[in-house]
Amino acid sequence: MAEKPPANDEPASGPPSPMFERPGRREIVKRIGMSAAVLAGSAVVGKALWDQGGFGASTSSAARQVRDYRLKDRAPDHAELAIAKQRDGEPEPSAEQLVRRAIEAMGGIKRFVSRGDVVVIKPNIGWDRMPIHAANTNPDVVGAVVQLAFEAGAKKVVVADGSCNDPNRCFQRSGIWRKAYSLGAEVVLPAEHRFRTTRMKGEILDEWPIFTTLVDADKVINVPVAKHHNLAKYTAAMKNWYGVLGGRRNRLHQNIDVSIADLATFMRPTLVVVDAMRVLMRNGPQGGNIDDTKVMNTVFATVDQVAADAYGATLIGQHRDNLPYLKMGHERGLGTMYWENLKVREV
Amino acid sequence: MAAATSPGSGQSKPHAGVALDASAIDHAALHDADHTHVHVEPIPWKTGAVGAVKPIDRDTSWTPSAASPAAPAPAPKKQKDAAAMAAAEKAGAAAMESALGIGTGGGVPKKKKIDPKLPGSGIPARKSIRTLVWVRRASQVGFFVLFMYFLFQTGFHGSFAAKSDTPVRLPLPVEGFLLADPFVSAMTVLSTHTVYRGLLWSVGLLALTLVVGRVFCGWICPFGTLHHFFGWILPSRKGRGALRVEANKTHDRRQNVKYYLMYAFLLASVAGSAIGGLFDPICIAVRAIGLGVIPGAQYVAHRGLGAVQDVPVRPIQSAADHTQDALASAVWGSHQFYFHQTWLIVVLLIAILFMNRFVPRFWCRVLCPLGAFLGVFAKFALFGMEKDHAKCTDCNLCLVNCQGADSPQGGVKWRQDECHMCLNCESSCPEDVIKFRFLPNRKSALSAPALQRRTLLATTAAGAAFIPVARIADSLDVNYHSKVIRPPGAVEERAFLERCIRCAECMKVCPNNALHPALFEAGIEGLWTPILIARIGYCEHSCVLCGQVCPTGAIQKITEKEKLGLGVPPVKIGTAFYDHGRCLPWSMQTPCIVCEEFCPTSPKAIWVEEVEAPVRDSKPGPAGEQPAMLQVKLQRPHVDPSLCIGCGACEKVCPVQDQPAVYITSVGESRSKSNVILLENTNYNQKS
Repeated sequence: MAEKPPANDEPASGPPSPMFERPGRREIVKRIGMSAAVLAGSAVVGKALWDQGGFGASTSSAARQVRDYRLKDRAPDHAELAIAKQRDGEPEPSAEQLVRRAIEAMGGIKRFVSRGDVVVIKPNIGWDRMPIHAANTNPDVVGAVVQLAFEAGAKKVVVADGSCNDPNRCFQRSGIWRKAYSLGAEVVLPAEHRFRTTRMKGEILDEWPIFTTLVDADKVINVPVAKHHNLAKYTAAMKNWYGVLGGRRNRLHQNIDVSIADLATFMRPTLVVVDAMRVLMRNGPQGGNIDDTKVMNTVFATVDQVAADAYGATLIGQHRDNLPYLKMGHERGLGTMYWENLKVREV
Repeated sequence: MAAATSPGSGQSKPHAGVALDASAIDHAALHDADHTHVHVEPIPWKTGAVGAVKPIDRDTSWTPSAASPAAPAPAPKKQKDAAAMAAAEKAGAAAMESALGIGTGGGVPKKKKIDPKLPGSGIPARKSIRTLVWVRRASQVGFFVLFMYFLFQTGFHGSFAAKSDTPVRLPLPVEGFLLADPFVSAMTVLSTHTVYRGLLWSVGLLALTLVVGRVFCGWICPFGTLHHFFGWILPSRKGRGALRVEANKTHDRRQNVKYYLMYAFLLASVAGSAIGGLFDPICIAVRAIGLGVIPGAQYVAHRGLGAVQDVPVRPIQSAADHTQDALASAVWGSHQFYFHQTWLIVVLLIAILFMNRFVPRFWCRVLCPLGAFLGVFAKFALFGMEKDHAKCTDCNLCLVNCQGADSPQGGVKWRQDECHMCLNCESSCPEDVIKFRFLPNRKSALSAPALQRRTLLATTAAGAAFIPVARIADSLDVNYHSKVIRPPGAVEERAFLERCIRCAECMKVCPNNALHPALFEAGIEGLWTPILIARIGYCEHSCVLCGQVCPTGAIQKITEKEKLGLGVPPVKIGTAFYDHGRCLPWSMQTPCIVCEEFCPTSPKAIWVEEVEAPVRDSKPGPAGEQPAMLQVKLQRPHVDPSLCIGCGACEKVCPVQDQPAVYITSVGESRSKSNVILLENTNYNQKS
């Protein structure tokens, strides 16, 4: 404060020294006001940020979360499970031919993809393996689906997966990055910031980080590879949704069947195109030995994930009764494990 | 002090209008003959001592014939010189006045224009030098940017263009700065008696030094540039003006430290350890920036942009998203990297940068062994400085801007081995004292430090003795830490210590964040050498990038075939073990085998045994009786030690989070003949 004339209201008892001068009334009010304001401010902040402790267990409703991209129409004249494989006497067909044949039998890509859609394609790019090892989806199958989506007028086609090994390596060495990029698709690697914690409210999968790229879409096409899995015996379509999760996925194996069922409940794709061009018969899911694979030149398409896996299991000599997750999916109404009851068409 | 009162006023500008005349040169030569090169020559007209500084450079600023009328002709030469110097000084003052527009205004020098904005006589530096100073700044910025770019590129970012069978390699020589580092070469040559591959490039840097001195320090070194920057930005008010001038004078005791360090490290290399990499500036820059600064910035950016992503406005979210994408692909990669115990590395970096507040370029002048090493060779440099002491007005502008503390000012000898060749001194000198040129005379230059012989002996002995002291502190063969898991392709531990310079390139490049700087796991000698911490990241099966970037061959450049063992035994870095007490199928009757799923070898080193085991139901019976016993089918994992390569994928993915139920230790590593389990790998000739 600036120097003031000596206060003469209450003269000090001692000799009038400027050092012992009392502050003026205005000054006193101001100072008290300031301390009161600071006190009030801290009280307001404290009240606003007050944490009463405890774990605050969430009690939100337990309705299952679903990301549903299925078609609403029923198309009785089309196949429900279309299996494209090498015909007798036919020269070895390319992956693209088989994909086209299978989807054509399902009613054509225009049935599934509308003009202006954002289409997300989810192949299996889980492992640092090359196409010959058949641990990831065949890049030509992915490429054919990308191509078809664009032909149907998709605005944007995104190819993404959450890999197990180093994603840069998986995407490059699987050949899918190069293939999809060259066809004009947007290839999205699983960077940390693309995951958001989401409550799936599944039976055992509740709160998990979700790869947002895979769910921000108009249409989602599941393009798994059919292969052996040492724990789950056979995996393809339903297990492919592991790629949607971030975090410590290694816990899922303790109850792998329920995990798979939960994920397949959460993600309901528009279409499933299963790659069985070359199938890993043993040492799955990672493989690594070409001798473990078998060329089958098969691609099958369906809208029913459960039926897809129930049929696919037969390719490696497994039966649906040995695969508990199929039964769970069946019972949850995700699809039917009795694929023979569907309208199956071999093309 | 008007020019008219000066005794030397017969010639209005005695110091600036340089006219070479034969007698002056003779005069200089005459004096120089009996001159002994004392290291520091005080400026007599400042100290008040009688006697002139000898005009030891060819270029003299006054002519004896002009000075002599002022003093009695038969007077001893020394007095005459003194008088001449006094005249020169006064004339200098007059020139300053005239430059400021106060003086009576004398004649303008013939060649050079006086720039009124410059202090002193205002003689601008040569155009070439002023240009070169800017070239130097551009070079510093350019090399620093290149260094950072290389550092960002030290990591595999993948490519949409690569085919699936293209071998995964980095497209750029990201370790280039280390390959050009002759101190690294010298250490490894002394320890291994060979020059490893790309280190031959360091000969190029030596050649450069032999021509133009320590240009590396002033023009190229990214760590030096960092110190240059902080020395400029950091000094407090106290660190400016006279105190800065004082700080920038040569301090022999301080500046000799780097020579002692350098010789100590070279002797340590002779003793078998490239431990000097701890102090190599490029190693420090890679280590501290790569392991500390970049991940730290990544953390901050991830947090900050993550918060922005939560703003419920679409354009803001997508902007944050795209920024994250761009940063992830161009700068640091898709996930956060962590480095075990890097706090020490970062604290030391901050401390050494902070020293610039007190002594500009403290690191470069006092500690840098690479600078000292180049200083030894700068002695032979063909490019150097000449000074015309007589013209110096002691304005100290050269010292204000000096980087190397190499005595650019008049009256003392230039220290060639300390000079960073930044050319600031000549550029800032307003009196035309300093000249850089090829093949200068060495009359006012010293090319080697005055090292104390005893200190030198003591420090080098300490360097040599440190290695045996560290080695006998434990046995490398039988009691080495089981968690010292070296990268794939690493050579045997003794050879490894001969080569590893702790540059952290391998840790930076590792795509899975598996390699970390050891603190004391590998003993005191192994500080900041790479070890694999599988819990944070495992060794990617087909990846050989750490060997690709290793500049010294501590990790050899193996191919995928060699690493995977196609036709040859695979490279093993350790072996996995199960802790049955923690393993879910083994002790908790719970299915798991994620380890088996991730095991990358073919056939898998982890195999499973199908068992049916009893397990107690977790719920009691309806009447509260003991829970029932159930049977579960389980797959219990086992390791085949002859197939296990120790990559640590199993340890990484084990769901028992805090202390995994499967873990790797270094035993069975293929680089060692003694650290083995199996009979077939045992070499009986090896002592242990």
